[in-house]
Amino acid sequence: MVKEYKTVSEIIGPLMLVEEVEGVKYGEITEVELPDGSIRTGQVLEVNADKALVQLFEGTSGVNITQSKIRFQGRGIEIPLSLDILGRVFDGLGRPKDDGPSIMPEKRLNINGNPINPFARDYPSEFIQTGISTIDGLNTLVRGQKLPIFSASGLPHNRIAAQIARQAKVIKGEENFAVVFAAMGITFEEANYFQEDFRKTGAIERAVMFINLADDPAIERIATPRMALTAAEYIAFEKDMHVLVILTDMTNYCEALREVSAARKEIPGRRGYPGYLYTDLSTIYERAGRIKGKKGSITQFPILTMPEDDKTHPIPDLTGYITEGQIILSRALHRRGIYPPIDVLPSLSRLRDKGIGDEKTRKDHAGVANQLFSDYAKGKEAKELAIILGEAALTDLDKSYSKFADAFELKFVQQGEYEDRSIKDTLSIGWDLLKIIPKMELKRIKDEYIEEFLGKE
Amino acid sequence: MNGDYIETGKIVKVAGPLVIASGLTKSKMFDVVRVSDLKLIGEIIELRGDTASIQVYEETQGLGPGEAVYCTGKPLSVELGPGLIESIYDGIQRPLDLIREKTGNYITRGLNVPGLSREKTWNFIPTLQKNEEVHGGDFIGYVQETAVVKHNIMIPPNLSGIIIDILPEGSYKIDEQIALLKTANGEERPLYMMHTWPVRIGRPFSKKLPPNQPMATGQRIIDMLFPLAKGGTACVPGPFGSGKTVVQHQLAKWANASIIVYIGCGERGNEMTDVLLEFPELEDPQTGHPLMKRTVLVANTSNMPVAAREASIYTGITIAEYFRDMGFDVALMADSTSRWAEAMREISGRLEEMPGEEGYPAYLATKIASFYERAGKVITASRKERIGSVSAIGAVSPPGGDFSDPVVQSTLKVVKVFWGLDSKLAYRRHFPAINWLSSYSLYLESLSDFMNKDIDKNWMPNRYRAMEILQHEAELEEIVRLVGKDSLSPKDQLVLETAKSIREDFLHQIAFDPSDTYSSLHKQFLILDTILFIHDVSMDLIKEEIPLGKIIALKVKEHVAKAKYVDEKELDKIKELKVEVEKEAKELLQNLKTED
Repeated sequence: MVKEYKTVSEIIGPLMLVEEVEGVKYGEITEVELPDGSIRTGQVLEVNADKALVQLFEGTSGVNITQSKIRFQGRGIEIPLSLDILGRVFDGLGRPKDDGPSIMPEKRLNINGNPINPFARDYPSEFIQTGISTIDGLNTLVRGQKLPIFSASGLPHNRIAAQIARQAKVIKGEENFAVVFAAMGITFEEANYFQEDFRKTGAIERAVMFINLADDPAIERIATPRMALTAAEYIAFEKDMHVLVILTDMTNYCEALREVSAARKEIPGRRGYPGYLYTDLSTIYERAGRIKGKKGSITQFPILTMPEDDKTHPIPDLTGYITEGQIILSRALHRRGIYPPIDVLPSLSRLRDKGIGDEKTRKDHAGVANQLFSDYAKGKEAKELAIILGEAALTDLDKSYSKFADAFELKFVQQGEYEDRSIKDTLSIGWDLLKIIPKMELKRIKDEYIEEFLGKE
Repeated sequence: MNGDYIETGKIVKVAGPLVIASGLTKSKMFDVVRVSDLKLIGEIIELRGDTASIQVYEETQGLGPGEAVYCTGKPLSVELGPGLIESIYDGIQRPLDLIREKTGNYITRGLNVPGLSREKTWNFIPTLQKNEEVHGGDFIGYVQETAVVKHNIMIPPNLSGIIIDILPEGSYKIDEQIALLKTANGEERPLYMMHTWPVRIGRPFSKKLPPNQPMATGQRIIDMLFPLAKGGTACVPGPFGSGKTVVQHQLAKWANASIIVYIGCGERGNEMTDVLLEFPELEDPQTGHPLMKRTVLVANTSNMPVAAREASIYTGITIAEYFRDMGFDVALMADSTSRWAEAMREISGRLEEMPGEEGYPAYLATKIASFYERAGKVITASRKERIGSVSAIGAVSPPGGDFSDPVVQSTLKVVKVFWGLDSKLAYRRHFPAINWLSSYSLYLESLSDFMNKDIDKNWMPNRYRAMEILQHEAELEEIVRLVGKDSLSPKDQLVLETAKSIREDFLHQIAFDPSDTYSSLHKQFLILDTILFIHDVSMDLIKEEIPLGKIIALKVKEHVAKAKYVDEKELDKIKELKVEVEKEAKELLQNLKTED
């Protein structure tokens, strides 16, 4: 029999202090029964002698000091799992949100998981073709990678994420994949967009969705990505599937974390976010990867919106330090109608070099990618120079770089939302563009590849 | 770290990695404790009356008031002895491979795995006789640990006396007694192949020496422009995506140190996996054996418990000092010290200490300084003097790439080499993205003797000339931005050309290209020397009034651009380029005369 307490002494923001408790453990899950009989879920954030500090996921409105009943459950937050979760929609705390029945669990797992032993990891090196040139060609995604999209309000990050979910495939071999989608504080329309897109392509049957909308309790968002990742780990490492996890929007998650931290009167770090934001984010992002001897994998696509397009804001900044690269969207490209507006220069895939080359994509891939990067950077510099000095002041070489930059944006970056380019197509477009640059300047590509591919594609 | 406990207390409070326990009266600061019956490892970091604040090195979920806390009365220590090389440890020296064997793919709690294997036997060869007098740090014998590491067995520091018994050559386990020592006051102390040492205390040595030998890293911008000395300290700050980790990995691979200690402190799990998979495959250019045979890894990734991250830096440097005491040159990489500082900040916040800058504890600078101060070239404490060194290279990850960050600033106060990474260079995929204008090395003077004598007398002069050209380029670019390139004099335009060649053909180095990833000092010298030679010849041609366009179009430059891919065994190919330069220059001059 679980003991019931009616000893709430304080309610501050999402937090509640319960006194005269006995045997309460740190991290324990808590049920709170409100005077009207409704039940809320909470978690113990701190125990000090006989006082327990409880964070309520669904907020504290309606909670009352004298009448609320608290029941400590003696376990951490768990999620019931079986393969039946595929095709289902849950709320941010893992309760069914569609009309389906509740899950008959094969097992229940603590949503915090345990860190993967670095010794047990297998290095991600399998190329995933997303059909998007700027990703495949320049910022290649590999299986088991965590590659966030740094976006900003008004940019088409959802369309890009959906396109990736639609088109992502490995060039050779089996396809046994699933999508886990976690929405944190996004609007109904955005969540619906994904749901509809998954439905149209049939992906919905292999998708698990955890939806916490903008009007759902904010603190619940702290649990949502962990619910999703625990489900993903189960599907990937126990059921041998390749799982693509889309987490959107991480900015809302961090704000929920800040709310709790502020209510606890913790010393704030940059911009009021808690000092442990890095550690906290890493316990989410580091749950991507591959494990030796396991067939499945978890590839993560977190999406975050940069406040004021500022990449140095703590959320994108700390994310970039944990994830294996980033895809950055550019407002300038978007304004010019270029889709996908991926800003290739600051974008990066750290695992690119392990996923490309002979046998994986093609032997000239690395050289072409480096050359395109370097020439596009030079082209953009030349264009800036032209703005100050006028086109006429450019040397012939600078002019060809400037021409290259324009062509690159229109032909390489720009593509259709339903255009699925193979890696070969992407590389041919690249070689085609490199013809604009004098051959002597192609220093990043080995001579033999220039001989073999330039002008022959 | 087993054994009896000196006393038992009770948990009062649990808040994340911080546990407060009461009833601990005999415990000292920094004693190791075991928390609850799960026996989670923790360390006392604050004492008030009989209450102790404990940072717990493992996840504390499920702990509650009333549970027991056992104090060992001993400080956090590492085990030192054969078996260290090729190991991968977590922040408190638990072998991750054994943890995987025990608990599977995830790290669970309450594991008690010793740092060194108790089962494995080593072939011990004694080098001392009975009745010899010994002193802390003296060798009593050795074990050939790997093909490249001769692991000398030392008398533990601060111990001296007479050997009254020593076993003959044979296979022993590391906890078997191999010798018996009688101290001056008649006490008999058994000696093993291993001993322990508290991580927060530097191992003793007799004297520090100024570093004066280069730590060749095979990275051209580092060795040529901003060299590190053996026993020196360096930092690599930079925003994310600028290639800090690649620089650290490159140094771990190619630095000419005998032992590498690589600490992955709060960074990505996959990066450690990368090292684990790659190092056994790569060949050390000096010994021809796999790089793993000289490497010790300490991995406390970002999602592993934060308190153990704080300890990982100390665990790593203590292991490094141990090998230094054997007379090795050790290179230690810490990636990243910012995560270490953040771990301190997190614990400090939970202790409710008054914060300093950016929420970091006020003692941040002291801690950073004392870490780097444990590096150095030393004469060991042993009776027979040996020279060993620990070089420390720390990555720093400042928020937003802002170098005014307290961790960067506190680090710059103590380190002698600064390799500043620049996101602009990284965007242009110029790697290593070390900015040549803002970086510096304070070892130039002390290394110039060695470089000029052992490599080439023009080493340092060339280095300064290259820097001057790069500096000149930066100034000229300001002008070009205002008035365009054509308004520059031919001489200035040539400077821009040469600077470009230095940047693209010399400084730019591809870590993933097998022939470019490592450049010997000789190769580095030859490439730069050729570029400067072309510069001089071109300058002469300008004086002869040969049009700049023709000078710039010298065909030999195409070969210079590919010189970095020349195999180390065929360096003559680079030497021959000078002849070609002269030939082409002569042709230009002759053509000019015939045109006249």
